[in-house]
Amino acid sequence: MTATDPIQSDISIHIGRLTFDGTTLFNGLNFDLPAGKWTCLMGVSGVGKSTLLRLVAGLMPEETAMTIKSSESGLEGQIAYMAQDDLLLPWLTVFENVVLGARLRGDEFMPGRALHLLEQLDLLGSAYELPATLSGGMRQRAALARTLMEDRPVVLMDEPFSALDTITRVRLQEFAAEMLRGRTVLLVTHDPLEAFRLADRIHVMSGRPAVLFEPIEPTGKSPRDMRDPDLLAGQAELLERLARSKTVA
Amino acid sequence: MGAMKLIRPLIITVGLILAWQAIVSLTEVPFFILPSPMLVAMAMIEHADKLFEDGLVTLGEILGGLLLGIILGTASALVMGLFRPARQWLMPVMVVSQAIPVFALAPILVLWIGYGIGSKIAMATLIIYFPVTAALFDGLRRTNPGYLDLARTMDASRWAVLRRIRIPAAMPSFASGVRVATAVSPIGAIVGEWVGASHGLGALMLHSSGRTQIDLMFAALLVLAVMAVLLYFSVDRLLRRLLAWSPDSLPSND
Repeated sequence: MTATDPIQSDISIHIGRLTFDGTTLFNGLNFDLPAGKWTCLMGVSGVGKSTLLRLVAGLMPEETAMTIKSSESGLEGQIAYMAQDDLLLPWLTVFENVVLGARLRGDEFMPGRALHLLEQLDLLGSAYELPATLSGGMRQRAALARTLMEDRPVVLMDEPFSALDTITRVRLQEFAAEMLRGRTVLLVTHDPLEAFRLADRIHVMSGRPAVLFEPIEPTGKSPRDMRDPDLLAGQAELLERLARSKTVA
Repeated sequence: MGAMKLIRPLIITVGLILAWQAIVSLTEVPFFILPSPMLVAMAMIEHADKLFEDGLVTLGEILGGLLLGIILGTASALVMGLFRPARQWLMPVMVVSQAIPVFALAPILVLWIGYGIGSKIAMATLIIYFPVTAALFDGLRRTNPGYLDLARTMDASRWAVLRRIRIPAAMPSFASGVRVATAVSPIGAIVGEWVGASHGLGALMLHSSGRTQIDLMFAALLVLAVMAVLLYFSVDRLLRRLLAWSPDSLPSND
């Protein structure tokens, strides 16, 4: 599977019943990830956005009732994952971190490709440095390079930019939007501006068990211009929906 | 300054020697309680080859114990980290083994293994086995779950995760265990020698004490102390270099 032929069909997800610590997080939840588009998941803290993403990523224990329908059989080997923590292994150089996936699987990889990605992300100069010498923004860019190196059709991102300062965040959003174009992306975020800049479809999650509100579908090509009045209106609407949603934590 | 790093310990050492001399002079303590630095220095020169010989023996015991203890500890921790049954059976054994004062086993070891360096190496090994195992095992257990999540989404095999993520991530914790082991291994060797030996600095201390050669006793003690300190600093230095990526060794940025 390469970026040149991403999953052509939409991915449709159904979550059965999931309880945690005595409370029911989900009880029959359906949503789709349209092929090649960015879907965004928002909601108050504790509603279960990260849990949902982890379910889709296959990071939850097997017993969780979930079915995923896509043209491929499940999402095995189709996913690249990016978290709020850059998860760069501190004993490896940036370059070694970018090629981590191949190394772990014992696959061949093309060093030139990794270096090219680093160059596109303005990290070529730090390719052989240890992550500790990099700033937060640089580290998250390295994580993005690693994600891209995986070259998977589905990309799952759990608040990847929320730990960064605003300017760095905006820059990273632009990088991500450009470089992940054409892939099926599920982005969890708590930033309405980010959602509106990047997503083709935005779901707000609310309540316990969690349900999804009717999605908002911004128009125009991402990353959307911040001066666009539609963007600001959309952001306001999102904020209003979020405010309306029930607190759960 | 680089120079300061060498000068400071030197000054401390000289200071301690002067304080020592001051105590002897001021309290007029008899030589068989606390000999003066001068007497000890003379004993060192007079018995230089005996001290050297015995020093090598003790060093051999310390290093032997260190090596064996680290190898056994590493193997145990890896086995426990990989196989749940091993964990369940070995953990209680290890905890119990720590509860028994290891020194109490010294006479038994000498009885079973003999007067030679074997029993001393065994002693040192026993003392450091648990700290090393516990340190590595703890490190393996506490792998950042984020790394494990990432590896899972990358379809990594269990072995790849162990080899490329869990073990490297456990190294700082392991290094702490090795540091403790380095500090404690001499104790095992010396206690072993006290119980039954004819060679080694501990044996020398005991025998010279019995012959009221207190100056030689202190000389042996000093050689031991210097040896132990040098060993510790060498090991520490080596570990710092190997773990240069570890957070406390790198300057903070941002």
